[in-house]
Amino acid sequence: MTATATQANQKIKSAADAKQSADDVFSRAPRSLWHDAWTRLLSNKAAVVGGVMILLFVFVAIFAPLIAPHNPLELNSGKGFLPPAWVDRSATGKAGDPNFLLGTDNLGRDVLSRLIYGARVSLVVGIVPTIIILFVGIVVGLFAGYKGGKVDNGLMRLTDIVYAFPDLLFFIIVMTALRNTAIGQLLNGLFLLFVALAIVNWVGVARLVRGQTLSHKEKEFVLAARATGVPTSRIMYNHILPNSLGPIIVAAAFLIPGAIITEAILGYLGLGLRPATDPTDIFITSWGAMLLDGQSAINNQPWLLLAPAICVAIVVLSFNFVGDGLRDALDPRTRVDG
Amino acid sequence: MTTYIIRRLLWLVPVLFFVALITFLLMHSAPGGPWDRDPSARQVDATTQKTLNQRFGLDKALFLNLDGGNPFDSQFINYITGAIRGDLGPSYRQRGVDVQDILFKPPKNKPFWESRFGYSARLGLLAMGLAVVFGIPLGIVAALRRNSWVDYSALFVSTMGISVPSFVLGIFLIIILATQLNVLTIIQKDWSSPAAWLVPASILGFGTFAYITRLTRSSMLEVMSQDYVRTARAKGLGPRLIISRHMLRNALIPVATILGPALAALVTGAFIIESMFAFPGMGREYVKSIGNRDYSMIMGTTLFFAFLVVLSNLAVDIVYGFLDPRIKVE
Repeated sequence: MTATATQANQKIKSAADAKQSADDVFSRAPRSLWHDAWTRLLSNKAAVVGGVMILLFVFVAIFAPLIAPHNPLELNSGKGFLPPAWVDRSATGKAGDPNFLLGTDNLGRDVLSRLIYGARVSLVVGIVPTIIILFVGIVVGLFAGYKGGKVDNGLMRLTDIVYAFPDLLFFIIVMTALRNTAIGQLLNGLFLLFVALAIVNWVGVARLVRGQTLSHKEKEFVLAARATGVPTSRIMYNHILPNSLGPIIVAAAFLIPGAIITEAILGYLGLGLRPATDPTDIFITSWGAMLLDGQSAINNQPWLLLAPAICVAIVVLSFNFVGDGLRDALDPRTRVDG
Repeated sequence: MTTYIIRRLLWLVPVLFFVALITFLLMHSAPGGPWDRDPSARQVDATTQKTLNQRFGLDKALFLNLDGGNPFDSQFINYITGAIRGDLGPSYRQRGVDVQDILFKPPKNKPFWESRFGYSARLGLLAMGLAVVFGIPLGIVAALRRNSWVDYSALFVSTMGISVPSFVLGIFLIIILATQLNVLTIIQKDWSSPAAWLVPASILGFGTFAYITRLTRSSMLEVMSQDYVRTARAKGLGPRLIISRHMLRNALIPVATILGPALAALVTGAFIIESMFAFPGMGREYVKSIGNRDYSMIMGTTLFFAFLVVLSNLAVDIVYGFLDPRIKVE
C-alpha cells in the first residue's frame, strides 16, 4: 500500500472508536449528540477554516463558467507562457498581463480559468466514488456484521487480497489497460477512475461498518428491538446504522481527499482525465492534467506546476482539517491533541 | 505461534495468486496486442507480430490449452510457474532482458545493491531512517511539553505531512531549491555522493515522519496518564528513568508496528519521487514501463510490490505478539 493509503486506513481504524462516547452524551440534558458534535466542530478553528475553504471550492467548481475570466480552451496566440500578472520579467522574457492573473500555459491558455475548471473534476472525483463506496460498504458491512457466516468470511478474505494490492498500482494498471476501451472513454475517462476508486476503497468501509455492527448487535437496544419483533432489515438500518454514523462520516471525510490525490497522481502520470477539446464539455481539464503539462516547463515556467500543486495542497489540507475536526467532535476521547 | 506463522505464510499463496490473476486479466482486457497499442509509434507488420507472439508465447491459450497437447501449457499457468521459480518473463520493450534482470540485476561487476531494487530499497531505508530519527524524538518532546510551542509546531508539521501528498511537496521543494535558489540539480547523474540522496529521501519520508511524530505523541500522552507511571513517580524514580524505562517501552509499541508497512509503502510508493528526480530505481522503471506499455514489466513489478506489502504486514503481526505479550495471537 502507498503511504497515503496506510494513513487513510489508520484514520478509518481510529474512526472506529469515535462512536463509543455516545452513551456519555445521552445521559446529560436533552441535547442531541449531533448538536453537541456540531458545537464542538464550530469551536475548532482549523475545521472551520477548512470548511470555509471547502465551501469556496464547491462554489467555484459549480459556477466555473460564470467565474472563469477566460475560456479555458481559448488559445491566445502570441501570449504563451505569460508569467503571473505581478511578475515583471520584461528584461529577460515576457511581463505579466493583468488580464491573465496567474499567467498562461504553453498554448496561451489562461491558467486561472483552467484551475477553476479543474476544481470541477476534483470535486466530482472526490464525491462520486465516495457515495458509491459508502453505499456498498454500508450494505455489505451491516450484513456481514449482523448475519456473519459466508458473507462475513468472504468479506474478510477479500479484504486480505485488496489490502495486498498496492492501491496506486491497481489504479495505474486499470487505467493503463482499459483506457482505450469504451468504458475508459466514458466521461473523459473519469468513469473508469470512479469504478477503480470504488473497488479499492469500499472494502475498508465495509470492514469499519462490520466492526461497528458487531459491537452494537449485542447491546440492549438491539436486543430490545429484536425482542419486540422488529424485522432484521429494520434493526440493521434503523437501529444499528444510525449508531454507527459517526465513524462512517469521519471515514468519508478522509476518502474525499484521498480520491483527489489519486486523480492528481494519475493525471501527473498521464493516466487521468482525457484532455477535452470541445468547449461544451463539462470536464475540460483537471489539476492532475495541469501538473503533467507544468512538469515539462518546470525550469522556466514554474508557475504552471506551482499553481495546480498549491490548489491540490489547499483542498486536501482543508478536507483533512475538517476530517480531524469531525473525529474530535464525534468523539472527544480520540482527540489527537489530548 | 509457529502454527499461526505457518498458516499466515500459506495464506500468502492464494493472495498473491489473486493479485497475479487480477493483473493478468486487466492486462489482457486491453484492446489489441502488446505490439500495436501505441498508435503514435511505428506499427509492427503482421508477420513480425506473429513471430513476436510466438517468441513470447502469446499465441498460446490464456488459461487452459484445450487444443490438444499439454493442457497446462497456457499463458497464465506458464507465467505463474515461472514467477514461482523467480522467472518473471522477458520484457516486451527492452530487447533480450528479463523482467527480474531489470529489477534485481546490478550493472556488470557491481554489487547487488547497485541494482534497481537495491537503489529503491536504499532510498526507502534512508527515508525511513530519517523519519524515525526525527519523528520519534519530536513526538516525545511534543508530548512531554504539551501545549508548548514545540508541541504546536510538531502538530502543525505533522498535519501538513500527513495531508499533503509527497509528490506535491516534492514539486514545491524542487521549484524552490532547483529553479529559484539553484542549490540542487534536478536531474542527478551521480548518485554516489550521499548529499544527492538527501532531498529525494526527505521528501519521500516526510509523510512517514509526520505520521510517526503524531503517533508517538498521542501514544506517549496515553501512557503518561497510566497507573504504573504514577506508581513509578510515587516510589521516587527520576523523570529520566520513568521516561526511558516505563513510558517509552509501552509508547513505542504502536510506532514499531507501523514501521513494516511504512517501509513497504516507501519502497513501493516511491515511483513518482523516483521519476521526478530521475532516480535509477524500480519505481522510475515502472513509470517508464507504463509509458511504453511494457506489459510483462508492469505485471512483474506489481507482483513483486504486492509480495513486499504482504510480507511486511505479516512481519508486523508477528512482531506485535513479541512486543506486547498482552496481545494474544489467535
